[in-house]
Amino acid sequence: MDVSQYLEIFIDESKEHLQSLSDELMVLEKEPENQDTINEIFRAAHSLKGMAGTMGYKRMQNLTHNMENVLSEIRNGKMKVSGGLVDVLFQCLDALENYVANIQNSSDEGTDDNESIVKELNAVLAGGAPKEAADAGVAASEEKAAEDAGYKSLALADFEKNAVNEAIGKGMNVYAITVSVESSCILKAARAFLVFKGLEGHGEVIKAEPSVQDIEDEKFDLDFSIVFLSEESFESIIGIIKNVSEIKDAVGEQIKQPFEEVAKIEQKPVEKTENNAPAKTQVTQAAPAKTAAPAKNNNKAVASRSVRVDIEKLDVLMNLVSELIIAKNGLVSVSINEEASVHSAGFNEQIEYLERVTTNLHESVMKVRMMPIESVVSKFPRMIRDLSKKLDKKMELYMTGEDTELDRTVIDEIGDPLMHLLRNSADHGLESAKIREERGKPEVGSIFLDAYQDGNNVVIEVRDDGNGIDTEKVKQKALDKGVITQEQSETMTEKEIVDLLFKPSFSTADKISDVSGRGVGLDVVKSKIEALGGDIEVRTTYGEGSAFIIRLPLTLAIIQALMVKLGNEKYAIALGSIQTIEDVPITDIKYVHSKEVIHLRGSVIPLVRLRELLDVPADAAEEETESLTVVIVKKGDKQAGLVVDSLIGQQEIVIKSLGKYININKMISGATILGDGEVALIIDANTLV
Amino acid sequence: MEENRIAATSNSENIVQYIVVKIGNEQYGINIKFVDNIVRMQNITRVPKTQVYYRGVINLRGEIIPVMSLRLKLGLEPDQFAGKTRIIIIKIDNAKVGVIVDEVREVVNLTEENIEKTSYDTSDEKANYISAIGKSNGELISLLDVSTVVIEKDNT
Repeated sequence: MDVSQYLEIFIDESKEHLQSLSDELMVLEKEPENQDTINEIFRAAHSLKGMAGTMGYKRMQNLTHNMENVLSEIRNGKMKVSGGLVDVLFQCLDALENYVANIQNSSDEGTDDNESIVKELNAVLAGGAPKEAADAGVAASEEKAAEDAGYKSLALADFEKNAVNEAIGKGMNVYAITVSVESSCILKAARAFLVFKGLEGHGEVIKAEPSVQDIEDEKFDLDFSIVFLSEESFESIIGIIKNVSEIKDAVGEQIKQPFEEVAKIEQKPVEKTENNAPAKTQVTQAAPAKTAAPAKNNNKAVASRSVRVDIEKLDVLMNLVSELIIAKNGLVSVSINEEASVHSAGFNEQIEYLERVTTNLHESVMKVRMMPIESVVSKFPRMIRDLSKKLDKKMELYMTGEDTELDRTVIDEIGDPLMHLLRNSADHGLESAKIREERGKPEVGSIFLDAYQDGNNVVIEVRDDGNGIDTEKVKQKALDKGVITQEQSETMTEKEIVDLLFKPSFSTADKISDVSGRGVGLDVVKSKIEALGGDIEVRTTYGEGSAFIIRLPLTLAIIQALMVKLGNEKYAIALGSIQTIEDVPITDIKYVHSKEVIHLRGSVIPLVRLRELLDVPADAAEEETESLTVVIVKKGDKQAGLVVDSLIGQQEIVIKSLGKYININKMISGATILGDGEVALIIDANTLV
Repeated sequence: MEENRIAATSNSENIVQYIVVKIGNEQYGINIKFVDNIVRMQNITRVPKTQVYYRGVINLRGEIIPVMSLRLKLGLEPDQFAGKTRIIIIKIDNAKVGVIVDEVREVVNLTEENIEKTSYDTSDEKANYISAIGKSNGELISLLDVSTVVIEKDNT
């Protein structure tokens, strides 16, 4: 069978299962008795085994099979979860991740048999129970899983019961049927759909468990049950169902007895009947719906209603939206300039309508591109766990705001910087147990990762309650390395010293470990974040801990901006960073450290003369005016006042890059095309605050 | 496709096509495989704090392209924009850059014997941008080394 077309699905799904395996293993380590967790791990391993088998990845299948052996022992209560066992399972996880990574790179699983892990698994197994028993256990549990298919009993709502009663009254046949799909089937929903399609002409499906919607969304395991009204014989109906390929079996029975008004679920067992099961006879017994229900619910939670879309397609869509907005801006500027000739109320109305539609379209496309940050941060608890063992420090990672959403391109890039910062916190930040005790801190160090949205930005904070940054030590190090001079060091502010950490090849760790301390960390973090259009800030108190605050733009492509004029040039300032716009009389300008500031509503705000900063050619006709137009921008809790010549207005702009050969100052974050085809540069206000 | 075809024919006959441009009194040749487009002079938006020889950026059908002055790059007098001034859009490593020239003359086919390698003289900054001298109809054409002209990172 050619499976290459399913490779992508396989990789995506494997990753999902591996992630859930990782999450659950973390839980298991803390709560070794948690039955749900064990079940979840077992299920993930089982799915992986099935998928690997289908795709012909024998080594991966073998490893998961051995995992499953051990897990089923635990599940059956024949073995206890120990720390050693969890470690072995984590090794399995790493090995599986390697397989998947290999498969992704070369569509081959590689040649590593991971024999040592398999041996360890078997050793664990041997310690817990004899090998034969384990195998029997697996066989039994598999059988049990298969039996679940037949166990199903349907709970009918009253109106459905009435329909059944009515049909029986009319002399129609009512069948309760459980259809099971082959475990190797990839498009389960499609198969199920074909079943429904096939039945369509022969009667009516009055009840499906899970619901038809869920079945279409593939929210079912390997089987589903239906209640079917038909005039045809049971055999022919079963025949129709089995005719669909990849359907493993269909079992059921005819319901002959009308329901009583308060029919109990238990009164309607689905009993296996007639000659329908060819090879593996499934012993079907009446079982209360309750036992099946919890498992069902779990499955529903795992599956989600989503479509996988290639990110490139989304990029194309986003580009088209950008073009549309530029075209719309062109229309707007035409309508303003030629108002006399094409002036009609209808025209303007339509343009406004178009504007609304394009804005909504842009927002929707943007939302499609957004992903919760969870996909990046979910691997961190595991990382901290490993670091904790490696560094021999006790630590705990607390995360909030995993559901905060960011553009997909940002998500892809932000993982490494965050990992760097967390490693930093774990290695440099948190003190050794001894020092923590001396300082009266709890033995277990805390690292926090908080993500939240703040206006047009997403903020991610990495905090720890560790040592904080020793500014004296940093200063000394900088002096030793000749980064700063003695005179400089005496006048430096705390913040300037901390900023030294972001200089290339600067590490304050006394000893270099393989966790961090090679001095290639923070400067890389900083440049990466700046490349994404964000910035990073540090707050630290020596002895109490430090916080690295990353601020990232919500979108990368289209923003609302304020257009301003400097001389004859037009510039755009992102609306998100603007707080207010003020008219400031020249007489209100004060001087602090020979820098211009204004006093506004209780805060002192430094003024930035944009014309001078951007070398805008002086206008001959320019006169000194009595008041200045000042755009107040903010970053975090800091403010700055940008002095501009005049305001043009608010506009939705598409951010474009200036190309890679031209060197641009950090102040310029890109360019945009205006309605009249002119190019305006975008000022990154964050760099000016 | 187009590029491949040209490359294929030029390989077989050892002919390379150059676009001949005029800057001041000198003629320069730009290998046609780098040329994406030639456009008339248009409004250039100044970009502050960039390399001195960059005049700014233009909007070419929705794409923003930085434009440099070849005159300034080669250390000549600044451009006087006139009716014959053109911007040659060069595509290299999938990124585009515009180069302002005084005039675009013609396209010439140069065979190997018409191309003379220049001796490399690192002290002469301008010479670094010239890869060879071409001879066509009794005239001399300085063949530009497009990648050093465009890619060189100059922080002034």
